[in-house]
Amino acid sequence: MAQQVLEDLTEAERKALAQCRQAVLGVERPLRLDCGVELGPYRIAYQTYGALNADKSNAVLICHPLTCDQFVAESHPVTGKDGWWDSLIGPGKVLDPARFFIICINVLGHCMGTTGPSARDPASNQPWNLHFPVVTIADMVRAQAALLDHLRIPDLFCVIGGSMGGMQVLEWAASYPRRVFSAVPIACAAHHSAQNIAFHEVGRQAIMADPDWNGGDYRLHGTNPARGLAVARMTAHITYLSEQALQRKFGRTLQNRDALGFGFDADFQVESYLRHQGSTFVDRFDANSYLYITRAMDYFDLAGAHGGVLANAFRGSPTRFCLVSFTSDWLFPTHESRQIVHALNAAAANVSFVEVDSDKGHDAFLLDEPEMFRTLSGFLKGAASARGLK
Amino acid sequence: MSVVSPIRVDLQLIADMVQPGGRALDVGCGDGALLAYLTDFKRVDARGMELSQAGVNACVANGLSVIQGDADTDLRAYPDDAFDYVILSQTLQATREPREVLKQMLRVGKRAIVSFPNFAHWHVRLRLVFGGRMPETPSLPHKWYDTPNIHLCSIDDFRGLCRDMGVRIERAIVLNRNSRPLKMPPVLGNLFGEQAVFMLRRD
Repeated sequence: MAQQVLEDLTEAERKALAQCRQAVLGVERPLRLDCGVELGPYRIAYQTYGALNADKSNAVLICHPLTCDQFVAESHPVTGKDGWWDSLIGPGKVLDPARFFIICINVLGHCMGTTGPSARDPASNQPWNLHFPVVTIADMVRAQAALLDHLRIPDLFCVIGGSMGGMQVLEWAASYPRRVFSAVPIACAAHHSAQNIAFHEVGRQAIMADPDWNGGDYRLHGTNPARGLAVARMTAHITYLSEQALQRKFGRTLQNRDALGFGFDADFQVESYLRHQGSTFVDRFDANSYLYITRAMDYFDLAGAHGGVLANAFRGSPTRFCLVSFTSDWLFPTHESRQIVHALNAAAANVSFVEVDSDKGHDAFLLDEPEMFRTLSGFLKGAASARGLK
Repeated sequence: MSVVSPIRVDLQLIADMVQPGGRALDVGCGDGALLAYLTDFKRVDARGMELSQAGVNACVANGLSVIQGDADTDLRAYPDDAFDYVILSQTLQATREPREVLKQMLRVGKRAIVSFPNFAHWHVRLRLVFGGRMPETPSLPHKWYDTPNIHLCSIDDFRGLCRDMGVRIERAIVLNRNSRPLKMPPVLGNLFGEQAVFMLRRD
């Protein structure tokens, strides 16, 4: 490596980097970010499954959502849990590593090994913390494209992702149409809605209100804003579910007790569940990263970046698109996917669109949804046949 | 390549009108049989739009490019001349504004291919005149209260609409009950044709 990335790795990052691949980029040519800052060198942590074929036509890029990472189809080095999209990727599954070269890249600003606010600013040799430049979805995608250049992968058979991953898919198709043969944006939108920005702002305020946050310099103070980050996670987690799913899972069932406690312990199962979600999250996620990644989602507005007309983002696109939404997803409701479909129609792009009937809310895209698997499998079959991929 | 089952005779007739290698949009594509045929046998870049979500999902699971959409509202999203052919098979009579749908089809496509059941077929006439009840025939199998067909027309009615709209009829084929073409003058076609297939273009 020509130059080192200055940083103080967290325990989670050390474990992550021990289990995945990494590349240091931007040494000679820094990454030009949307905010105007030039970032470099920076590290990209990523994971791959399967092998690139001789004509390099079988590469599939998985774009991960906000709180997932590059460990898409294997036991997680920090939590020990199964890969977050194990249901989709594996032998005999929709994305079989025997057939596809599958890449998943930890996004810029995140905290699983790719450079983010916990790294050091090469100029000052001090941790970036809140001085880290605000990154956008387009910046994340630029960094991913730089990694593909580094790996000498000219184009992708498919770019696929849900939620924030879906935003990256759209950005890929808009920014690098010739490098994307097919694109699958799932449960996402071409811009973050006011409601979604509002929920993110609650999460960020919870983090910043935690006295242990210390203006973002918590590591210097030897503290961790775990309570604030946990509350942020609890709020966000509600938006990933649906009323039906919460009702079915918990109803008003009490937690380890027969009667109301007349206090503020977790009387209800749903409270206990959310507290658990919050407290386990802080072990694997960095509070400052949470601020940066949520900001990137808030800033995403693909139409805004193309003169206010979403179709302009896709003019002349050679990419085959397949959009998927879920009936009970109120974070990225179907009508937002339909807007993208209409824009793609207006650009005369090749597009399929399926709304899957599910009561599991936004999280449905991470769960066992046979209808989604059938859709993806059929779409990829058609795309593979169009590309002459065996 | 997947084995494609033979398609319905009326769909075959439509497929035969489509030149190989172009772009086609099948509005109301159902289970995607025509799309699959056009893709596999005519190398057409074929896309579909279907109202029923179950139909859409089945099509996409078969590798076809299909979106959920409504002929009445969603054709407007497409640019002018996006397709060589826009196909509307057995659906025109179920749209809210057939005239507007035709107009949009001929804006989006260089040609439109439309098939529909003929409400002036002798069978229909007899049922209404002598039975005194709303006609139920093999092409119009619904009860009056649950039919999706809200804008039924005869072959002559359709010709009249094309005339009013200044649309050129390039081909008109009248079909019998078994979807076989009938060779007869238009005045008889309106009586003996159970369905019709028209290929239209802007004048």
